[in-house]
Amino acid sequence: MSVDVKTVKRVAHLARIAVSEEDAERMTGELNAILGFVEQLNEVDVSGVEPMTSVTPMQMKKRGDVVTDGNKAADIVANAPATDENFFLVPKVVE
Amino acid sequence: MSDLTRLTISQARAKLRAKEITATEITEAYLLAIDRANPALNAYVAVTGDKARDMAKTSDARLLKGEGGALEGIPLGIKDLFGTEGVHTQACSHVLDGFKPRYESTVTSNLWADGAVMLGKLNMDEFAMGSSNETSYYGPVINPWRRSRVDTVVMPTTHQGDGGFVSAGGTKTQRSLDNAHLVPGGSSGGSATAVSAFLCAGATATDTGGSIRQPAAFTGTVGIKPTYGRCSRWGIVAFASSLDQAGPIARDVRDAAILLKSMASVDPKDTTSVDRPVPDYEAAIGKPIKGMKVGIPKEYRVDGMPEEIEALWQKGIAWLRDAGAQIVDISLPHTKYALPAYYIVAPAEASSNLARYDGVRYGLRMPGKDIVEMYEKTRDAGFGREVKRRIMIGTYVLSAGYYDAYYLQAQKVRNLIKRDFENVFAAGVDVILTPATPSAAFGIADEDMAADPVKMYLNDIFTVTVNMAGLPGIAVPAGLDPKGLPLGLQLIGRPFEEETLFQTAAVIEQAAGTFQPEKWW
Repeated sequence: MSVDVKTVKRVAHLARIAVSEEDAERMTGELNAILGFVEQLNEVDVSGVEPMTSVTPMQMKKRGDVVTDGNKAADIVANAPATDENFFLVPKVVE
Repeated sequence: MSDLTRLTISQARAKLRAKEITATEITEAYLLAIDRANPALNAYVAVTGDKARDMAKTSDARLLKGEGGALEGIPLGIKDLFGTEGVHTQACSHVLDGFKPRYESTVTSNLWADGAVMLGKLNMDEFAMGSSNETSYYGPVINPWRRSRVDTVVMPTTHQGDGGFVSAGGTKTQRSLDNAHLVPGGSSGGSATAVSAFLCAGATATDTGGSIRQPAAFTGTVGIKPTYGRCSRWGIVAFASSLDQAGPIARDVRDAAILLKSMASVDPKDTTSVDRPVPDYEAAIGKPIKGMKVGIPKEYRVDGMPEEIEALWQKGIAWLRDAGAQIVDISLPHTKYALPAYYIVAPAEASSNLARYDGVRYGLRMPGKDIVEMYEKTRDAGFGREVKRRIMIGTYVLSAGYYDAYYLQAQKVRNLIKRDFENVFAAGVDVILTPATPSAAFGIADEDMAADPVKMYLNDIFTVTVNMAGLPGIAVPAGLDPKGLPLGLQLIGRPFEEETLFQTAAVIEQAAGTFQPEKWW
């Protein structure tokens, strides 16, 4: 399988990355080289093989459903580019 | 006073405990070395001098009372991927501009609890994506190793009068260093260079496809990627969560064992942290390997592999055989599919993990006319080319209609790769010996690799299988190539049998010796 410039632009939008016409064209070639490389996986017979879900056989750890952390709103917003009274500020989303 | 930066961790530990040196002295020695070397090598992206001095002072007080921890007063460098409270943590990306976490990663917390001193944050490939440390927003790291050439110089016959200087002529050979800058490997290139060039006693690193072992091999240092789940991933910037593991890069096998003991822990904050006590890895060093079964996988003999790599491998086999190990030929039939499967699984996980860099919660924000444009412009400006490429691949293979063909197929192949290893271990193989990399360090801005991303990816051909199967792997220096560059061997072990790796790597180290670059910086 290979991608064209139109697909690259669609994927870039899905990934929320702005691309110029020039970037999209360069990326098309690069992505096709990588997709060409991974194509060889199709020759592997995987009939009856389960997809890996966990690399180490272990039970998912569980913990008590209790509050163990919190009251640190100021810490959470400390690194944000724009905040107001411990809220994140973003461009207007709803008209 | 001799150069304190030349001491290994075990040597420094002994001198600190015996009060022959102080933590402050050794810390100052490293800070001075960094100050002098960093403009040339670019290993550190942030130096935390004040913090280091404060930590050293605390260590000295503890040492004076005889209360020092396992790493008391040992100055370490920390890869920029580890969250360090109040200190530069950007995964060497522009998108995390100015990020200073309000928390400390579990691995670094463990190191500080054991008394280690933080010298600063180390350069790396952006988000650990790269094999040459050239994708860093802070520029490439330079390998302290340079190629050398042996020249035959003709000495002219000279005679300068009565009693003057006389030379009989003839020829002599002299070794000279080439000026070309080489890469230290990646993604933990800053860690490898800093350890190799004596800019820290040891360093933390992480390995998703070979990012500890490949740079260790390129710089003549020891690097171990422990079993998946051995070190907590909490507080480490995530790349591909099912593959990422932290581990140390050190000057010798013993130092790597000392560091891993402190880094590893059982952590309730990471659900994949495995509930097993951390053994005393250092105790495994020096144990005989007589009777140990060492597997030699035929699939690791790849086309176009340089002669010196094959020769190094044969040397390694001979050393282990001489030490009483039993050498057996093995087959890991799905080896060649590990790298292509990796380049589906890792980008897929990365595209999901890196979705959080949206210009809202931390780091860079570029203005846009609405929120979507703000996201898109922020991520375009904040991520470098390699990172964008991988996010794009990941987004594509996970998108509707392609998931089964790519991601599901890759995860099935991944199970087959793991099964290959399980089969040989079930047949009694204790450890597997392979080359660590398909070549020695290459030049900065290598044109072939810049033109074809897949060429760069092939650097990880011998290391990536280990991540796909979640196994422990260690790279240990084993010799120099004809140009005087270090080469490494890799040992792969059963899950959670890191002790076997230290035990066997120590035998290789004993036979091969240790390697230091000639200082030019």
